[in-house]
Amino acid sequence: MRLFVSEGCPQGLKVLAAAGASGAPVRLERLPQGGHTIPYLTRPQVLALHLDSGTFLFSPNAICQYFFLLSGKEQSDFANQWLEWEAMELQPAVSAALYVRVVQGKKGEEILGTIRKFLSYINQSLTKKATVYLTGDTESVADIVLWGALFPLLQDESCLPDELKALKNWFQTMNHLEPCRKAAESLLTPKGAQEFKAYLQKQPAPNVALEKPATEEPEKHRPGNICYLSRLPVEGMKNVLITSALPYVNNVPHLGNIIGCVLSADVFARYSRLRNWNTLYVCGTDEYGTATENKAMEEGLTPQQICDKYNAIHSHIYQWFNISFDYFGRTTTPHQTTIAQDIFQRLLERKFLLTDTVDQLRCEHCQRFLADRFVEGTCPFCNYEEARGDQCDKCGKLINAIDLKKPQCKMCKGVPVLKSSQHLFLDLPKLEERLEKWLEQSWATGDWTSNARFITHSWIRDGLKPRCITRDLKWGTPVPLDGFRDKVFYVWFDAPIGYLSITANYTNQWERWWKNPEQVQLYNFMAKDNVPFHSVVFPCSLLGAEDNYTLVSHLIATEYLNYEDGKFSKSRGVGVFGDMAKDTGIPADIWRFYLLFLRPEGQDSAFCWNDLMLKNNSELLNNLGNFVNRAGMFVSKFFGGRVPTMELSPDDQRLLAHITLELRQYNQLLEKVRIRDALRCILSISRHGNQYIQVNEPWKRIKVNPSALCLQGNYVRELKAQKAEKVQINAEVSKLLALKKQLVLAEGRDPEPPPTKGKKKK
Amino acid sequence: MAAGPGLGAEELDLLEKSLGLTKGNKYGVQGERKTPVLQTNSGPSLTGLTTIATHLVKQAKKEQLLGSNAEEKAIVRQWLEYRVTQIDGQSNKDDIRIILKDLNLYLEDKVYVTGNNFTLADILMYYGLHSIIADLTVQEKEKYLNVSRWFNHIQHYPGVRQHLSNIVFIKNRLYTNVH
Repeated sequence: MRLFVSEGCPQGLKVLAAAGASGAPVRLERLPQGGHTIPYLTRPQVLALHLDSGTFLFSPNAICQYFFLLSGKEQSDFANQWLEWEAMELQPAVSAALYVRVVQGKKGEEILGTIRKFLSYINQSLTKKATVYLTGDTESVADIVLWGALFPLLQDESCLPDELKALKNWFQTMNHLEPCRKAAESLLTPKGAQEFKAYLQKQPAPNVALEKPATEEPEKHRPGNICYLSRLPVEGMKNVLITSALPYVNNVPHLGNIIGCVLSADVFARYSRLRNWNTLYVCGTDEYGTATENKAMEEGLTPQQICDKYNAIHSHIYQWFNISFDYFGRTTTPHQTTIAQDIFQRLLERKFLLTDTVDQLRCEHCQRFLADRFVEGTCPFCNYEEARGDQCDKCGKLINAIDLKKPQCKMCKGVPVLKSSQHLFLDLPKLEERLEKWLEQSWATGDWTSNARFITHSWIRDGLKPRCITRDLKWGTPVPLDGFRDKVFYVWFDAPIGYLSITANYTNQWERWWKNPEQVQLYNFMAKDNVPFHSVVFPCSLLGAEDNYTLVSHLIATEYLNYEDGKFSKSRGVGVFGDMAKDTGIPADIWRFYLLFLRPEGQDSAFCWNDLMLKNNSELLNNLGNFVNRAGMFVSKFFGGRVPTMELSPDDQRLLAHITLELRQYNQLLEKVRIRDALRCILSISRHGNQYIQVNEPWKRIKVNPSALCLQGNYVRELKAQKAEKVQINAEVSKLLALKKQLVLAEGRDPEPPPTKGKKKK
Repeated sequence: MAAGPGLGAEELDLLEKSLGLTKGNKYGVQGERKTPVLQTNSGPSLTGLTTIATHLVKQAKKEQLLGSNAEEKAIVRQWLEYRVTQIDGQSNKDDIRIILKDLNLYLEDKVYVTGNNFTLADILMYYGLHSIIADLTVQEKEKYLNVSRWFNHIQHYPGVRQHLSNIVFIKNRLYTNVH
């Protein structure tokens, strides 16, 4: 291998010494100034190692490491640390000092002063380790590299102050090593450091000013950095925080879940970013609770393992649907425990919690207290026979499991018994006044969907009662209070806190989003059954904690999506769940379009396979797709892909006025999260476009007119009659075919494959 | 280096996850540059992004990511050093252009930074270049075609991108006659 070293380059020292120390078989060649050895580097190199394999190494440290690696020596973490430090800190300082000494002629203490702290650092390390060399008792690449960096400046250990004893000894030892001596002789005779003068003079004068100290301010919006650093609210910008209801980890999402929550939020998040609002979209799986515990038992895994498995499933599905989360997390993290317990403590201190004995249904057969969803019975309000123990599916009222008539354990169908247990309650009545005050303000300024307002209103009108926030379970956030330490938080107290803890896992400055109501607009997306928890229970928890929490500004709730003539049901195998959409081979955009077109706002809607096909073909394809395709193809075929300058006729201007209106409407609607209507504006725009193209027949107006086609056709016929040269005929036929094709394309039709006569086209 | 507090620590968190390490080390910072510091249980601390990154790779028992022979190892170390000395904190437009130009030539005949094998150099170069690439126009991405190709390849490598934004590269060339 060949080592190229530029004349008078100080870096050459370490490299030569390393070659000598490791016995690497190197052929030394001098590089002229401004030499260009390495083909892919723009700036001229001062040093290069050309390996036999053809690879180039341009970093002096990497070259040194290579030599040592060749001789079989492994590199320790500490050697790495020295080399990184040398490249980042020592080398720039030494180069600057060397420049000042050699080119500017300054001497002595002035020089040493600038690198004093680096020398002290090395000295300190050597003293502490009490070894001869930097990383131990044998010399390593770290020693060579640091010596190589320092020698041009110091040359003699005598210029080092006595108090840097360890450093002095080390430097002296290194100077006496044979490879170092030889390298020094080779490069520094006869003029010593002045050998470097010619080289150094060609370098820019170093900037010896200290860098400005990094500010203590948290990360601000810096163009170009935004993608890497976590997104945080920026003063003066519109800061939009978007959440989508956390899907329960155990349940595989179906299309209804997707349009209700993640997809709706995704559309708004993308819009928000396009509008240059500072946007953060978070979501994740809700993992605590009894269902997971049960599933874990069923599958013979721990709850954590179940959650890991299903969280990945959710994540993959949403990825396939192209949901643009900034972060998709989960509720089973230490942050969740910390934040939930903190809110709990504050509620406790401020006396918003009550204790009471609760009668709970316990299934003796299954040996556990039954969570609400595992009790089935008849609803006490509407007599629906398949009511579950937390909410009646039919009338929507929240109930307690013990109120169910004819209760049954969902697992074993046995009849559970009533047992007493101490529990904690959130005193909603005590918080009612501040809740209503906040709601009034939020409703006045925010875009809550009307169903959300209605549901909230009727909840409050029905009278708020204290809600139990603890449960006798194992898999959950533990209650940090004596007498309750064997209990966990009830999932509906705990789950919305997941939004906060998931954000905390994204950035440790999560409080800038979640304790910042002045600067942050919070959008919650969900289906209507989740509304009461997001509009009453959770805000009450946060209001009671009195910690300046950000509360929801805009609550966006959808109605239900049904499936063909009925409802989605995993147990009955009815509907499109999980990966089924992907498995059909139909691309995600098709599903997205249809679901958005069908978004259940204002009333339920139904997914229908025939309709999926119909709407996509007629709207997405024939309307939007067709317009984009025709216009785009026209511009690329006839105008080289550039839209030329235009003189607008009155017709053009009328069209643009229409489009502007539609666009304005689109923005107004989508700002208010009226997604369905906004979509129709887009389709309206493309419809205008299509009509306009159809009416104006641009293919007739461009230079490919049918008469040119005619003339060319006649010319070909003539040539053939004259029995002209075959080559000539073929050339003209090609021209004719090209003209035909142009005309057809301009008309927006499919070009037919050209007839395979004559010469085969390449 | 114009870095926010804890910039190195954030990246090391990302790296840990992409290596499959679940332990979640705690990182301190030191100096004006906010160089990350790792406190290890079994000895003194480690300082420096590439040093800690290398250590994490060994901890995750994925030494092949450091290179499989002397040459590959040296190449990895070279580009790790390049990342922290040339790319980090780089705000000068002309220098960035030169970096991209050089990389584009370098990557012409390579799938990964070292050639045919995925290494730590790919991961750290990806993280280091992310904000630069995110700022490129469509035309620039086409101009630095090999960089785009390599970057797109790495951002799709399992476990690497995580919460960083996915940068879009258009497959159809819009600007002809670039090469």
